[in-house]
Amino acid sequence: MAEARRVLIVGAGPAGVAAAAVLAAHRQRPFLIDEGHAPGGQVYRRASAPVALDIKALFGSQVGKYERLHATFAGLAGSVEHRPRTLAWAVHERAVHTLAEGKAEVHPYDALILATGATDRLLPVPGWTLPGAYALGGAQTLLKDQGCLIGRRVVFCGSSPLLHLVALQYQAAGGEVAAVVDTTTTGAKLAAAPVLAANGFATLLRGLSYMAALRCKGVRIHHGTRLVAIEGETHVTGLRFRDRRGNEHRVEADAVAIGFGLRAETQLAELGGARLRYDSVFRQWLPDVDADGRCAPGLYAAGDGCAIGGADAAEESGQLAAYAALADLGIAAPNARMARLRAHVARLRRFQRGLAKAFDWPHSWPMDMPDQVILCRCENVTLGEVRATLREDIPPADVNRAKAFTRCGMGRCQGRFCGLALGELMAAETGTAHERTGWLRAQAPVKPVPVSTAFPS
Amino acid sequence: MTTRLRTEVAIIGGGLMGSWTAYFLRRRGLSVALIDKGEIGAQSSGVNFGNLRLQGRHPGQIPLALRADAVWDRIVEHLGEACEFERGGHLYLAFDEAQMAKLGHMAEDMFRCGVPVKLLGAAGLRARWPWLGAGVAGASWSARDATANPRLVTPAVARAARRLGAEILSGTRVSAFAKDGERFRLATDRDLEIESDALVNTAGAWGPQIATVFGESAPVFAAGPPQFVTEPLPYFIGPSVQAADGRVIFRQVRRGNVVVAGYPRGASDPVANRAPVDPARTLAAMQSLVEAVPRLAGTSVIRVWSGIEGYLPDMLPVIGVSRTTRGLLHAFGFCGHGFQLGPGVGLTLAELLVDGGTSIPLSDFDIGRFAGEVAHDERLSREFDSASLAATGWSAAGKATLP
Ligand SMILES: Cc1cc2nc3c(=O)[nH]c(=O)nc-3n(C[C@H](O)[C@H](O)[C@H](O)COP(=O)(O)OP(=O)(O)OC[C@H]3O[C@@H](n4cnc5c(N)ncnc54)[C@H](O)[C@@H]3O)c2cc1C
Ligand SMILES: Cc1cc2nc3c(=O)[nH]c(=O)nc-3n(C[C@H](O)[C@H](O)[C@H](O)COP(=O)(O)OP(=O)(O)OC[C@H]3O[C@@H](n4cnc5c(N)ncnc54)[C@H](O)[C@@H]3O)c2cc1C
Repeated sequence: MAEARRVLIVGAGPAGVAAAAVLAAHRQRPFLIDEGHAPGGQVYRRASAPVALDIKALFGSQVGKYERLHATFAGLAGSVEHRPRTLAWAVHERAVHTLAEGKAEVHPYDALILATGATDRLLPVPGWTLPGAYALGGAQTLLKDQGCLIGRRVVFCGSSPLLHLVALQYQAAGGEVAAVVDTTTTGAKLAAAPVLAANGFATLLRGLSYMAALRCKGVRIHHGTRLVAIEGETHVTGLRFRDRRGNEHRVEADAVAIGFGLRAETQLAELGGARLRYDSVFRQWLPDVDADGRCAPGLYAAGDGCAIGGADAAEESGQLAAYAALADLGIAAPNARMARLRAHVARLRRFQRGLAKAFDWPHSWPMDMPDQVILCRCENVTLGEVRATLREDIPPADVNRAKAFTRCGMGRCQGRFCGLALGELMAAETGTAHERTGWLRAQAPVKPVPVSTAFPS
Repeated sequence: MTTRLRTEVAIIGGGLMGSWTAYFLRRRGLSVALIDKGEIGAQSSGVNFGNLRLQGRHPGQIPLALRADAVWDRIVEHLGEACEFERGGHLYLAFDEAQMAKLGHMAEDMFRCGVPVKLLGAAGLRARWPWLGAGVAGASWSARDATANPRLVTPAVARAARRLGAEILSGTRVSAFAKDGERFRLATDRDLEIESDALVNTAGAWGPQIATVFGESAPVFAAGPPQFVTEPLPYFIGPSVQAADGRVIFRQVRRGNVVVAGYPRGASDPVANRAPVDPARTLAAMQSLVEAVPRLAGTSVIRVWSGIEGYLPDMLPVIGVSRTTRGLLHAFGFCGHGFQLGPGVGLTLAELLVDGGTSIPLSDFDIGRFAGEVAHDERLSREFDSASLAATGWSAAGKATLP
């Protein structure tokens, strides 16, 4: 028998679990590494014990998929090496460096599938660092994981298909939804409708049904708004925004969930040797992959970490990446099935590109925000400080230089939550193409590693 | 359409060396163009640890270092900003008697060169810096040593040079060099040709590429010490601290983060422009850090990096006039200690060009020294990993692998 190949997967969301299932079916015994306590990823996140949630109420029509993922995973017991609560903090010379329970380990690989998903994409607005202001996805995570709400009366704002879903989930969980303040216009949504209908009619209907359900429950949904400020002295007390006609409104709330779509988690891919390419629809840098997810020798990317595509695309791209890895390891993969998967993933991703237009990232906003607004919340760097650097003689030419001069993006989160806004601010203020402002280069550790970490010498 | 630029001095390399040279040349009234293939101060000069250390330097380098130190002292006058310059002092820690004895010799050398260094025993050390770990046997202390923020300094120097009239050309790679008659002619990767009377090679780890064009060479290899930084903590450390054997080097910036480095240095790639850090090395340096400062055990590392620095086998830079070409000066390969020297090098190169000579002794740094057998510093085997030494004919195990 040939020597066992070491196949690693980082991320146990729909992409990672689907990849693991394919590999297990081909009698590889993949390592499945995830920071979380249970599989599921962002979308099918399972509550931490002892929290018991009403899964039906929470997942609605998607409960079947939730249950299927967890059943699939349960069926993999014994054929997958699951490493929960394990952070992959670096990829270096064909090995993944992990940290679990205070101990570091090194896992060399023949194939590495990165299914690291995405995080919220945020924009600085006045008050966004106040206690009570949460990222939209974070607000949902708290609910799915802990059964908690971020406040009693919550306003959901920004631009994201998740806006309406999370508002509805809050309502089902007993929270009061003060309003949904959507920054994209109805016109933009209508313009995207044909692409959405052509590539994912059922998903489009589901999205519309969320809005209808909210309205039905008496929740005000405002479209085409501009956020003025999240208000409060020591804690959120409300949100001020302008409607399409420019009239100002204020919604009373004790918490705000804010989000503008997603940004892919690409750091590990970059450390593993993937090139990044600029995507002009998502206005972010994504691993440059072939149709099956190959991005460097022995390195594959799938799911939202590769291209924002939603849960179904994540699952199927995870399968594809697993087949590609198998093929590259010399194990025959089913060609016809791969071709079908490729076509389907492409279609689902077209749908997401449509969604990116229906829920537009208001990329020029940072330029209009006042100087004193904080851009980098780890390092407390304001928009004004970055602007001052841009006006200097010998200004920074890209986001990495701006980071070097101002500390923006230098803190704990490594620019996850300010990096894209920093690039947009630079582009808008200096009149350069966004693409030319670059991306914050990945550096290990992708998340903080304790100095006391023990390691095998 | 190709633009032609005519200047008295063309400087290739907009790091610290090139920028200070441009600044002092403008003060002496020469026209200068400072050219960098990338951004000003984005290579070694912008990513270094930030130590402006005097103690422990090669004694032959002290006159240059003291000259640099005098400029650092007046940095605000020169640059209009302090760039976090601070005289916090520098400690070399000894973990055993042998290391302490070495520090003793070093302190004597320094005393002879005019750099006061004090030796401290374990008790005195802990009385002053109670957070030091139990394993520390003693230290040498140089109160005059300083630190500054490397990310800010070089652009500030280039700005000061530009205010004095220097031409700053970033994003411009010099791709071809020639000397015809008394003039240097440089082609670039933009539609720009540069013509100059003198040429200064301050291209860092890339310096030998330029020297080679003029028929001389230096056995530079590119490497970088792994660096990392913790999350910000309440300020408590004060001086810049270095284990005598280099296993850990650290300082705390006013913002609160502890910046850490640790040998061995790893190979970096000046062609792909990459300086990867082996995670295993980060973990090892973290362990040494906790030995030196047990109280840091509870903190986390948030970022690692390194840089592309040019090293030479005798751990000394190349500084001075070309042996082959009139009007050509070199200053590259600063072996990991060039941040402190920068302003001294700039002043000295300006003197060489304007006055035709300098009082600073430069013979130890002559590019011609590599013509015969190349001396290897014993630190090579201790402070570098085998990958970075691959090209030197020296191995990390401590032996020359080639005759
Ligand atoms: C907060 C949030 C909530 C979302 N909610 C929904 C929703 O309700 N409905 C919906 O349709 N879509 C939702 N999405 C979109 C969602 O990302 C995708 O639909 C789907 O989850 C993507 O699957 P994936 O497998 O690509 O990644 P994910 O599901 O994001 O899974 C990635 C996994 O990788 C792990 N991981 C990442 N980096 C590391 C590392 N360095 N070390 C160890 N583990 C790591 C993470 O812990 C995570 O479990 C949400 C996105 C976010 C960010
Ligand atoms: C991680 C690290 C930590 C360090 N810590 C310290 C410290 O604490 N204290 C200390 O004193 N020193 C330290 N050093 C060393 C110090 O940073 C360097 O010695 C010093 O910055 C060298 O400056 P330079 O101008 O020679 O080189 P560089 O800063 O590398 O500048 C050379 C420039 O030349 C340009 N160039 C090259 N070829 C061309 C071409 N053909 N055309 C145009 N431009 C070109 C490059 O783009 C580059 O910007 C450290 C170095 C590193 C990497």
